[in-house]
Amino acid sequence: MNKYLRFDWVSLFLYLILVGIGLANIYSAVYDAENTAIATSFMQKQLISLGIGLILIFLFQFIDVKFFERYASILFLVSIMSLLGLWVFGTEVSGARSWYTIGGFSLQPSEFAKVGVALALAKHLGGFNTQISKPRDYMGAFVIMAIPALLTILQPDPGTAIILLGFFLVLHAEGLPVFFFYAILCLLGLFILTLLIGSFGTLIIISVLATLIVVLQKKRIAKKLLRPVILIGIVCAAFTLSVSYIFENVFEQRHRDRFNILLGKEVDMRGVGYNINQSQIAIGSGGGFGKGYLQGTQTKGGFVPEQQTDYIFTTVGEEWGFFGTVVVLGLFTILMLRIVKTAYKQKTTFSRVFCLGFACMLFIHVAINLGMVLGLVPTIGIPLPLMSYGGSSLLAFSIFLGIYLRMYYQRIQ
Amino acid sequence: MRTRFFTIAIGLLSLVLFLRLFNLQILSDEYGNLSLKNSVLKQYVYPERGYVFDRNGTLLISNQPMYDLMVIPKNLKVFDTLDLCEMLRLTKVELEDRLYKAKRYSLRAPSVLLNQISKQDYAVLQEKMWKFPGMYIQRKSVRQYHTNVASNILGYISEVNNYDIQTNPYYVKGELIGRQGVEKTYEKILRGKKGVSYLQRDKFNRIIGPYKNGMLDTLPTAAQDLTLSIDIALQEYGTALLANKRGGILAIEPNTGEILMSVSTPTYDPNALVGRERSTLFEALKKDTLNRYLFDRSLQGQYAPGSPFKVLNALVALEEGVVDPKMSFKCYGGHYYARNQFMACKCSPGSKNTLNKGIYRSCNTYFSNVYRRIIDKDNAVEENINNWHNHLRSFGLGNYLGYDHPVGQPGYVPNANFYNLWYPNQRWRGATIVSNAIGQGEILMTPIQLANVATTIANRGYFFTPHFVRGVQGDFIDPKYKTKRTTTISKEHFTHVVEGMADVVRRGTARVAAIPGIEVCGKTGTIENFTKIDGVRTQLTDHSVFIAFAPKDNPKIALAVIVENGYWGGRWAAPIASLVIEKYLKGTVKRKWLEQRMLNGSLEAEYAKVTSNKPFEINE
Repeated sequence: MNKYLRFDWVSLFLYLILVGIGLANIYSAVYDAENTAIATSFMQKQLISLGIGLILIFLFQFIDVKFFERYASILFLVSIMSLLGLWVFGTEVSGARSWYTIGGFSLQPSEFAKVGVALALAKHLGGFNTQISKPRDYMGAFVIMAIPALLTILQPDPGTAIILLGFFLVLHAEGLPVFFFYAILCLLGLFILTLLIGSFGTLIIISVLATLIVVLQKKRIAKKLLRPVILIGIVCAAFTLSVSYIFENVFEQRHRDRFNILLGKEVDMRGVGYNINQSQIAIGSGGGFGKGYLQGTQTKGGFVPEQQTDYIFTTVGEEWGFFGTVVVLGLFTILMLRIVKTAYKQKTTFSRVFCLGFACMLFIHVAINLGMVLGLVPTIGIPLPLMSYGGSSLLAFSIFLGIYLRMYYQRIQ
Repeated sequence: MRTRFFTIAIGLLSLVLFLRLFNLQILSDEYGNLSLKNSVLKQYVYPERGYVFDRNGTLLISNQPMYDLMVIPKNLKVFDTLDLCEMLRLTKVELEDRLYKAKRYSLRAPSVLLNQISKQDYAVLQEKMWKFPGMYIQRKSVRQYHTNVASNILGYISEVNNYDIQTNPYYVKGELIGRQGVEKTYEKILRGKKGVSYLQRDKFNRIIGPYKNGMLDTLPTAAQDLTLSIDIALQEYGTALLANKRGGILAIEPNTGEILMSVSTPTYDPNALVGRERSTLFEALKKDTLNRYLFDRSLQGQYAPGSPFKVLNALVALEEGVVDPKMSFKCYGGHYYARNQFMACKCSPGSKNTLNKGIYRSCNTYFSNVYRRIIDKDNAVEENINNWHNHLRSFGLGNYLGYDHPVGQPGYVPNANFYNLWYPNQRWRGATIVSNAIGQGEILMTPIQLANVATTIANRGYFFTPHFVRGVQGDFIDPKYKTKRTTTISKEHFTHVVEGMADVVRRGTARVAAIPGIEVCGKTGTIENFTKIDGVRTQLTDHSVFIAFAPKDNPKIALAVIVENGYWGGRWAAPIASLVIEKYLKGTVKRKWLEQRMLNGSLEAEYAKVTSNKPFEINE
C-alpha cells in the first residue's frame, strides 16, 4: 500500500478544520473595530502555537511508536517534575501557580501532563503480565492518575485535576472491575442528592432504600444480604455527611455558588450567575443561522467573560447559530469516534490504551466545556480542545494527535 | 475489555449536547430579546417640533435651545465644587447627591447632572467647562413663545407620564407631549414622526458603533407648521382690556367659524412653563383656586346666560308661532307670573312692549309671557319643552361644540325629564320654570356657546363648528370645520331679532357700545350668581355679559364677553366688546376715554369681598 494513503488524512483534516474554526472565532471574540491590532496580536500568538504544533506532528511521523513505549516512564516523570517545578519557577496568574513564563510565552505544564499520563497508563497496562482486573495492577494505574491530579489540585487548579481523573474511563473500557464504575455513579448521585435536599433527607432515603432491599427479599436471601447492605449503607451515609461537610466547610463560596446556580438554588444573574446567563443568552440568541460573522452583539459588547478561551463556543453559537454549533459538535464527534475506532485496530495494548487516552481527553474536555457553556455542568474553567485560545492546550493536543497519527500509520506497516 | 463503552459514551454526549443546543437555539425564543436588551440601544432621532403662527402669519411658538449638563463619572477629576455649585445655584449636598446617583446609574455612560439650563446660565458655564473634565453640555430643544398672552389657547408641552406611555405606544420615557391647548390637539402634526437608530453597546453601556451598520434605522418625518385662526394682536388687546378683571372674551368670524380670539383672565405668560422653574410655577398656578389660572373661562366657564338668552327664546317663539312680532305685552315694572310671585323689570310701569322693544329694553315681563306661551301652548308642556330643547340644541347648546381644543364644557339645557324629576306628577308648567325665559334658571352656557349664538344670529340661521386652526402648512383643514350647521329656526325670523339687537346699541341698554360708522348688534346681560362662603349660599355681584356681532349686514365678527361680578352688561362687557369690534374692524380705537376706562378699570376690590371674611354688600 502506498505509504501516503496509509496516513490518517481525515483526522489531520478534522484537526485543521477545528483549529481553523477556533482561530476565526477567537478573532471575532477579541475583535474591536477601533483597534484591530488587539485581534491581530491574539491571532499571531495562536498561529505560532499552531505552527509549532504542526512541526511536532510532522516530526513525530518519523519516530517509531516503540520509542514512546520505551521512554513513556521518563516522559511521565518529566511531566511530574515540571508540575513540581512550578513551586519554584512558576508564575502565579489569578491565584493559581500553573504557569511557566518564558520570554513572552507562558506554558502550562499540566496540559502536557495529560500526554504524560496517557503514555504512562498505556505503558503500565501494556506491560507483560499486567491485568487490569487485578487489584495490584489497577492500584498502580490509580497511582499514575492520582499523582499529577494531586499536584494540580495543589496549584490550585481543580479543573485540570478532574480532567486527569477522567482517565478512569479508559481503565473502565480496559476492563476495570465494574464495581468502581457503579460506585462512582452511586457517589455522584449521592453528591447531587445531598446538595439538592441536604444531608438529612439523603440519610433518610438511604435508610429507607436499604430497609426495602432487605425486607422485600425472601427470608433466606434477606439474611445473606443483611450485612453487605448495612455496610454499603454506612459507607453511603458517611459519604453523604462528608459531602455536606466538605461543601459547607472546605469549599469556598464561589464553588458553592457554581453548584447552587446549576441546581437552581440561586438566580443572581448579575453576580455569580452572570457568566452562565450571558453565555446562554449569546448562544440562544444565535438562533438557526446566527447573526453573522463579526456581527454578534453579545460578542461585540464583551458581555461573555473569557470568550476567546473557555467560552469560545458562545461565539460560534451567536454568530453561526444552530448550524455552526452542530457542525462543530459533529466534527468533534467524528474525530473522537474515529480515534476510538483506530484504537481497537491497534495490535499492541500500549497503542490502544494511548489512543483511548487521547479520545478520553477529547471526550472529557468537550463534555465539561460544552456542558458548562450550555449550563448543564457547574462552571469549571477548562478550554475547548483545539478551538480555545491558549498555546499549551493546542500544543498538548497536537502532540496527542502527532503520536496518534504515527500509531495509525504504523499499525498497517 | 469493554470495546463499546467509548462509542456509546461519545454517542450519548453528542445526543445530549445536540438536544440542549436545539432547545436553546431553535425552540426557545426568549434569548433573542434578552440579547437585544443587553447590547442594542435604541436611540430616537426627533424632528424639530412644528412652529405655530397666527392668522396673519405672526410667529407664536418656535423652539429654543436648552442645555443639559452631562457627566461621565469615570472621567471626573477633582474639581472646584464650590464654583460649580454657585454657577448652577445648587447646594453642595444637592450636587453630591446628583453625582452619587449618576455613579450609581453607570460609571462609564453619561447621565444628566442638571437639566434645562437656560441660555444665560449656559453662557457663564460654557466658558468654564474646561475646569470640569468628565462633564459636557448637551443641547436640546424646548418651546419658545413669542407672545405673553394666549397661554390658554396654545397650551404647553411636558414630559410624558406613565399613563401616556401605557396608552400610546409611540411614546417612551423622557419624551415630550402636547399637554394642553392646540399643542395637544395638533400633537401629531406638530411633533412629526421620530426616527430610530440602533446602536451597539458593550457591557459597560458604552456605545461602540451602529448596530448592523444602521440597516434597521429609520429617518424622522418632519413636523408641520400650524397656522391658527386667532389674531394675536386682538388677543393681546382683549387680554389688556380684561386686566384686573376675571372673565372671558371669545370672538368668531361668522362666515368661517374661525375663532379670532379666546381670552380668559387672569392669565399667565406661556413662557413661564418653559425651563427649570417650570414645576414650581406650574404648582403655583394650579393651586391658586381663586384666580384659577389654568381654568379657561372662555371655554370652560359655565354661566347662566342671562338676558342674551332672551333672543333665543324670541326665535323659538317666532318659529313655533306663539307670538307675532307686532304683539305687545304690558309691563308694570314687572309682573306677577303666579300668586305672590313677582318678577321685577326695569321698564317704567305701564309700558307696552313689542318684540323689538322687548329686546332692546330687555323686558323681563315680555319674555316671561313669551316663554310661558312656548311652554304652555296647547297645555302640552312636556312636548313643548322638548321642542324648545331641540331648537336650542341646534344652536350647539347643551353639548360640546366640537372645536379643536381639549378643554370645554357642554353647558346645560333642561328638558321634560329633568323637570319631571324635580316636580313629579306633572306639577310644573311654564310659570314654574319661568326663570329660563330670562336666561337664569337651569340653563348653563359657556362664553364660546354665547359667541356661537351671536355668530348664528349674525349668519341668520347657521354656523360652522368654531375652530382654532386655519391651516396646516397651507392647505389641509378638517372638513368638519367647513360644513354648515343649520339651526331649526327659519331664516326670516332672524330679521326681527337682528333688528332688535341693532336697537339695543342704537337706543337700548348698550348705547355705550355704539361705534360711529359701524352698525353693531348686541344684547346685554346681567347674571345673578351665587357662591358658597363657609358653606352658606351667598349671592355675589352680578356678572356683566354682552353678545354682539358687527357690522349688521355681512358681519365680520361675532363675540361674547363676560366679566365676572361686573354688575350689569352695559358697564363692562358691552364697552369691551365694542372696543374689540372697533379694533378688529378699523384697526385703531378712536374712543380713547372708553378704552382708558376699560384698561384701567379693576374689579379686584369686588373679588376681595369673598375672601375678606366680613359681611359685604353686592351690586354697589
